[in-house]
Amino acid sequence: MALYQLINVAFQFLDSFAFIVLATIGLAIIFGMMGIINLAHGEFILVGAYATTLSFQAGLPLPLAMVVGVVATTIFGIILERTIIHRLYGRLLDSMVVTFGISLVVIQLTRIIFGTSLSQIGTPFGGVSYGGFSYSAYRGVFLPIMAIVSLVALYVLFTRTEYGVRARATIQDEETARAMGVDTDRMYLSTFAIGSALAGLTGALYAPTITMTPELGAGFLVEAFVAVVVGGPSVLLGTPLAGGFLGIIDAVFTYGWGTFIGQVALLTAAIFAIRLLPDGITGLIETIQEKRSQSQ
Amino acid sequence: MSSEATPTLTQRLRAPFEGPNTIGNSRRFWAAFAIGAALLAIYPILFGAYAAGTASVFLVYALLGASLAFIWGFCGILSFGQVAFFGIAGYTFGIVSINLTSYTGATLGIVAGIGVATLSAALLGYFMFYGGVRDVYVTIITLVVALVLHTFLGQTAGSEWAIGEAALGGFNGMVGVPDLAIGIGETGIEFGGAMHYYLTLVVLILTVLGLRALVNSQFGYAMVATREDEARTEMFGYDTTFIQFVTFTIGGAIAGASGVLFVTWGNYIDPSEFAITAAAMPVIWASIGGRESILGTMAAAIAIQWIQLQLTGEWALVIVGSLLIVVILAMPDGIAPRIGDVPDAIRQYRQPAETPAAAEEVSD
Repeated sequence: MALYQLINVAFQFLDSFAFIVLATIGLAIIFGMMGIINLAHGEFILVGAYATTLSFQAGLPLPLAMVVGVVATTIFGIILERTIIHRLYGRLLDSMVVTFGISLVVIQLTRIIFGTSLSQIGTPFGGVSYGGFSYSAYRGVFLPIMAIVSLVALYVLFTRTEYGVRARATIQDEETARAMGVDTDRMYLSTFAIGSALAGLTGALYAPTITMTPELGAGFLVEAFVAVVVGGPSVLLGTPLAGGFLGIIDAVFTYGWGTFIGQVALLTAAIFAIRLLPDGITGLIETIQEKRSQSQ
Repeated sequence: MSSEATPTLTQRLRAPFEGPNTIGNSRRFWAAFAIGAALLAIYPILFGAYAAGTASVFLVYALLGASLAFIWGFCGILSFGQVAFFGIAGYTFGIVSINLTSYTGATLGIVAGIGVATLSAALLGYFMFYGGVRDVYVTIITLVVALVLHTFLGQTAGSEWAIGEAALGGFNGMVGVPDLAIGIGETGIEFGGAMHYYLTLVVLILTVLGLRALVNSQFGYAMVATREDEARTEMFGYDTTFIQFVTFTIGGAIAGASGVLFVTWGNYIDPSEFAITAAAMPVIWASIGGRESILGTMAAAIAIQWIQLQLTGEWALVIVGSLLIVVILAMPDGIAPRIGDVPDAIRQYRQPAETPAAAEEVSD
């Protein structure tokens, strides 16, 4: 019996881990790489989820519908970057306010066009059963795998490719990068597009598991912002670490006392994490590395 | 001549409320301020007590806006959590006054509502500012606090979520909150309808004057310095952490006062007051009106809430959101700082030829 409960918590952890990583990753790329706090992040997820659901209902098979969701969100992101966001680089607080405005407009337009809800896609794959319990295979197995795949893909993209080097150079020192022949304007655009695509992917992947309402994006915000704060400035490392750390907290508290207590625990953890580690988990790692290299 | 040496009565009256930190220090400004206050004061006479009772909520929102303009515009703390303190005060007033049904209950409710909101702000502010949390992280944490409160109060529909007689009511909200009143037992004054309007107006005017005096005081200079450059201010020996903590707490108290006024206006409060769209509204008012102008933010709050009510339809939020985006892109400081330029611009427009003509003469 205790074993089964352990399995239960383990699945809950995988579920929470996947949710936190996927909810955060698009936001983290845009914040960490470009210094833009995208308060419309939830609405990027909304666009991905709605595009997936609508194209599934139009007759596309689910994997293809998800691709449509990602592509739609990427285009949405590119249009926003070109029209509005690119004016806000370096204006952190303004970017928050403006993206909040975008969020309001998108939520309300969605409500006007598609009504208060869409019928939901059924969750695929069924459940994993063990000794009288069962857990959704989609949420407990497939989504964690997708979260890890996305993290690895991002890691490879930003550290092993020509594009990644250029993008990171732009973030570190825009002027020098431009002097070295990097089209920084295009780097910002493409980084924003990648962030949007990831948010769209989150929407597409979660479309079969959540109720399709115009406010669905808000359901991702608490986890996403807490994880960005806890993760710290180094996105590629910070997001999985924060996902793991917060995933354990969320799993234990949600399993024991429900979603609300889980969220409170996350918030408390975030406040303590900021108190103890002002630069997040990756800031701590950097400090340790520096100390070690000094002592050698 | 003597006006230089001994200031006139009006100048002496104006002096505490003026200074380099506030927009609007001219006689023209104070005349406009007096006319505005007078117009608001005769509104119930012109349109009747019922209209005034309905309009009271706009003034309540103006007060909520002022709480944000004060901390954001003058100390650089962008908080999405003002609605949290607003709602905490509202719910607290409801719980106290529903349980103690008399004027004593309502009076204690005011104290408890504002007190609990202030304490919450102080507690959150303590953890954030003394914890080294700054800038965007403050914004994110306050937003998350509001969202978590929304989740919490949304799931309080069950009968186990009642404190004494007061049921929290989940998404349906808390109903049957009594009117605002001050008194003991059965003797006291009740503020309903037009009385609520006048009380709110008085609180609003006192808040504007009080905040103007505060931001032009020594403390106000330290606040503005902290906003401009925290590290440098700290080097000069100011305790910037304490300044931010106090500012945030005062902001929470004002938001709490507006929450008490809100819940006694509609005799009702529900968790949508914490929802993300509600949390955005004070930020929208301050951004459009001009966060460095308390009056500008108030005017924007009244105007935008009124427009939203007139549009009543589904397009209201779309229009308000788009307005926000356009204003931030075109006028990052909002509308109020530009108003002072308007008379000069009109003068220039009226006499466009004069200045170039004078220049020609000189060059000849």
